[in-house]
Amino acid sequence: MGYVAVKGGQDAISNAAELVEYYRWRERPQPVDVAQFRPQFRLGIDKVMGEGSLYAPEHAALALQQVEGDVFEAAFILRAYRATLQRRYYSDTINTREMFVQRRISSAFREIPGGQILGPTRDYTQRLLNPSLVQPGLGSIESFLGGFKGRLNPDKLQGVTTFGKVIDLLMAEGIMRRDMYPNEDRRVVDVTREAIKFPVPRSARLQMLARAETGGLMCLGYSSMRGYGDKHGTVGELRVGDVPVRLVDPRGRRRYLGKIKVTETEMIGRVPVKKRGAVPFLSVGYGLCFGQNETKGICMGMLDSALRIPNNQNPANNQEFVLYHTECVEAYGFTNHLKLPHYVTFQAALQNLRDVAHRAETTSPGQPAELAAAAVTLKSRS
Amino acid sequence: MVENTKFKASYNYAFIDESTKKEVRRKILKAVCIPGYQVPYSSPEMPISRGWGTGGLHLTLSLIGQGDVLKVIDQGSDASVNACSLREFVRKMTGCQVTFDTAAATLLQTRHRVPEEILTTKQILVLQVPQPEVLRGVERYEARTRQMHAEADYAKIWVSLYEAYVRYGTMMRGSGYPIRVNGRYIATPSPIPRWDVPNLSMAHCLYLFGAGREKRIHCIPPYTRVEPLAFEDVHFKVEEFEQIRCAASGEDRAFMDEIYDAEGVRKFVVNDSNFLDKLKAGSRPPQRLFMNPE
Repeated sequence: MGYVAVKGGQDAISNAAELVEYYRWRERPQPVDVAQFRPQFRLGIDKVMGEGSLYAPEHAALALQQVEGDVFEAAFILRAYRATLQRRYYSDTINTREMFVQRRISSAFREIPGGQILGPTRDYTQRLLNPSLVQPGLGSIESFLGGFKGRLNPDKLQGVTTFGKVIDLLMAEGIMRRDMYPNEDRRVVDVTREAIKFPVPRSARLQMLARAETGGLMCLGYSSMRGYGDKHGTVGELRVGDVPVRLVDPRGRRRYLGKIKVTETEMIGRVPVKKRGAVPFLSVGYGLCFGQNETKGICMGMLDSALRIPNNQNPANNQEFVLYHTECVEAYGFTNHLKLPHYVTFQAALQNLRDVAHRAETTSPGQPAELAAAAVTLKSRS
Repeated sequence: MVENTKFKASYNYAFIDESTKKEVRRKILKAVCIPGYQVPYSSPEMPISRGWGTGGLHLTLSLIGQGDVLKVIDQGSDASVNACSLREFVRKMTGCQVTFDTAAATLLQTRHRVPEEILTTKQILVLQVPQPEVLRGVERYEARTRQMHAEADYAKIWVSLYEAYVRYGTMMRGSGYPIRVNGRYIATPSPIPRWDVPNLSMAHCLYLFGAGREKRIHCIPPYTRVEPLAFEDVHFKVEEFEQIRCAASGEDRAFMDEIYDAEGVRKFVVNDSNFLDKLKAGSRPPQRLFMNPE
């Protein structure tokens, strides 16, 4: 079957896969152990879990390693793996007030009850290339750990568990209300079990955003701040830490399953009021994702607010635009499907085009090129 | 001690878990009951990229059983890399029999072609669909297109066909020509060439359309009327391959691929690879041919 170049078939597929392996190993590098990889590529793995929609650090690490670090591919593998697992239970809603907080900041107030806790972050470091990492010595890690632990005060460790929230202060004052959008669709749906329908209930929006691609959310969140929207929220609170997960088993007993690390963001915005004389109040845009992924948390919070105020003039306020186009596995798959052969569809379009050009040539000589060019824009999609 | 089974579980028969397969089958039944209507479904992620045939795979995997014989076609060819990859995946997950022979298959999954050979009552053709919403080109928003379908409000698509006609003298719909199914819903036949569209009407087999990324299933049941959209005085036409013969078999009356050899000389070859093989072997399988109106 050698008459069309792309028809290589099964041999081509296995040869291509082999070539990937060859390029990976031809310099005989030291293979990386998942146990080495997992703590050292933590943030990449967190992203894979978030976008892969499955909290499974080991599986995510394996996926990321398997695909040489491509987050899209790794998330995709995790989603596909997830689809093979039957959904047996729904957990109780996690309560982030129970969080063992590792990091907690608010940009709304200088001081907050419980205090600002910077926690593990690179936010205030200089982004300088660190050549010393080229030759890391185990000795230096040991001495670092020894020095770090030596400075800890074991008496103070007990105190850090959990805190109330910044928005509690605003709620107590009444300037932020619980029923901000009383007419909102609050049904709980499961986007992994059914296709979304528009307008989408808030539960589905939040689920979609939590699984969405970080870069896509950032692009839209940023656009909303930069002038294609009216949202420049304030980070009411951003916290990162471990929360317990529980579920009720078939016998009705509540079971503790373990802890997962999440990033939670509450973006404070203002609800526009339509009625004259009505007092404006504050709203919360909510972001929650697996692991530590603060960009995603913040952008999700902004977009949650934006999606509650539909406005098709701004991409970020447009449900269909935001939710469909930030879905990473779908976007990634479809953009890459352009690599598949399209000769049948192209042939069908080409015939149309030639007809038009031919007709133009016979009726008004001299114009076929322009007509054909205009017709290209009408070429059907596939 | 509790055994660590984290990486030990093997995959379920046909990959997808049973309750999801059941859900997909129920949605298929709904689609059969309302020909041309797009039924939303869960569309779980597959290990194949979105846009590469996941919708087709969902249908194939939820329908396939021990006795099925599978054929996978991509742009007419069994040997195309993506066809190989999908066929191999289904075979690995089910242990089913696979074939290139159109007549021998019970379940056929295809991308952008309907086989030239007439399909029978014993066969199901699963078509992969990139964009199930035929109105998307004239209406951007899903919420509105669903309403338009519900109200059978198809003015916009008729206008778009009319405009294309007055501007170019033809409808300018290469592949994926819009069809009306059973006199009610306007639907996409998936991006098959116009050549294949007449074969959808009053066929013996069941046509299922799966759009994985967009999470929709629609269907043309056997013996259902399918009309390509056309005006009283402007008719639907299929691609014409006049005075063209296949360079490999010498035959005509089939959808042709246009190919160029190393010297840049244009040739045509029958697109349907199994049909071509049978032509080369000297037997022309039964075909339904559509004659363009004068």
